[in-house]
Amino acid sequence: MMERQVYNDKNFQLIIGNLLRYGVWISLAFAALGGVIYLIHHGGELENYSNFVEKDSNLFVVIDSVIEGAIQGRGESVIFFGVILLFLTPVLRILLSLMSFILEKDYLYTVITLVVILIIIISIGFGFSH
Amino acid sequence: MTIAVFTLIILLGAFLAGLIGSLSGLGGGIIIIPLLTIFLNVDIHYAIGTALVSVIATSSGSAAAYVREGITNMRLGIFLEVATTIGAVCGALLSTIAPTSFIAVLFGLTLIFSAINSLRKKSEHVVKESSPLAEKFRLSGTYPSHDGQLIHYGTKNVVGGFSMMGIAGMMSGLLGIGSGAFKVIAMDNIMRIPFKVSTTTSNFMMGVTATASSVIYIQKGYIEPGICMPVVIGVLLGAMTGAKVLVKTNPKKLRLFFSVLIFILAINMIYNGLSGKI
Repeated sequence: MMERQVYNDKNFQLIIGNLLRYGVWISLAFAALGGVIYLIHHGGELENYSNFVEKDSNLFVVIDSVIEGAIQGRGESVIFFGVILLFLTPVLRILLSLMSFILEKDYLYTVITLVVILIIIISIGFGFSH
Repeated sequence: MTIAVFTLIILLGAFLAGLIGSLSGLGGGIIIIPLLTIFLNVDIHYAIGTALVSVIATSSGSAAAYVREGITNMRLGIFLEVATTIGAVCGALLSTIAPTSFIAVLFGLTLIFSAINSLRKKSEHVVKESSPLAEKFRLSGTYPSHDGQLIHYGTKNVVGGFSMMGIAGMMSGLLGIGSGAFKVIAMDNIMRIPFKVSTTTSNFMMGVTATASSVIYIQKGYIEPGICMPVVIGVLLGAMTGAKVLVKTNPKKLRLFFSVLIFILAINMIYNGLSGKI
């Protein structure tokens, strides 16, 4: 029994390790692709990032418009899509850990992992003004 | 400056930042912020958002290798992520209301602290016994030594380490950095976890911590695709090059050199913050 548990743990570590690696490369590929499109269309324009414009948009609205823009082939949206994928890699990683703890019947750590997920979900509610 | 030139400069700068970050052991994100704000006059909020993106990229990239080698203590990481994510959410919210001059000065101080911390001599210590609370949360673990033998280690002072992790998370959310220096202090100095394990576990945790603040950053408009694209690509390539160089050279002298460089950047940030230029 003990041996099997160790084996499972190692197996999951391998999956998680690969997930992190591929996640980074896939999101990087999107960022590079979007970057090329963006530069072709806007490369000659002047940059202006010295003034911050604060936004108050709901996360899901942002994701919706990013996906819509990416389908239309807008460079900025494709880059943003890559960035969102990058942000999702750790989320997937934590969901995998949750699964591994459930499979190992490690209830203490199932609860602890759920708490971390809950905190991230709650932070969505804090992001935009009420 | 046209966007094409701007992108090219950032790409080169981010490559250097990733290289210096990995050679100095400070991480790529922390050098991106002075690069963008001091040299390219980018608003600090965009710089913070961009740095956070590069933190996730470099930490996920290198964490992958360590997880596979079995050095990372995943239970310990997830347990402490409770503290870092709470801290990160508070920090990210604070960054939306804090004055930019305050952020700049705090960033400069953190930079100095991290540089000094990277020069400190690290002793490889292993405690065998765990405190009762660490026992309850099963935070002890094993890691492979050079000859492949498993070394068992215990964990002390869970409450102290957890609190320090909350602060580490807050700095991460406030400044868009990985705050590896704070995390290693929490695990290394307070919880008495072996250096090898604390470094890799800290790296492993950065992604989740950063994701907690990223949610707020996205909604507040900190993430600017035009800046993120060259930075992420540059930092990752730089960090990978740095890892290859590290194998061949003695990092001690490099560390000293970069720490001096980082110290100068930090003073610059603090000066700009105090004089209201940022």
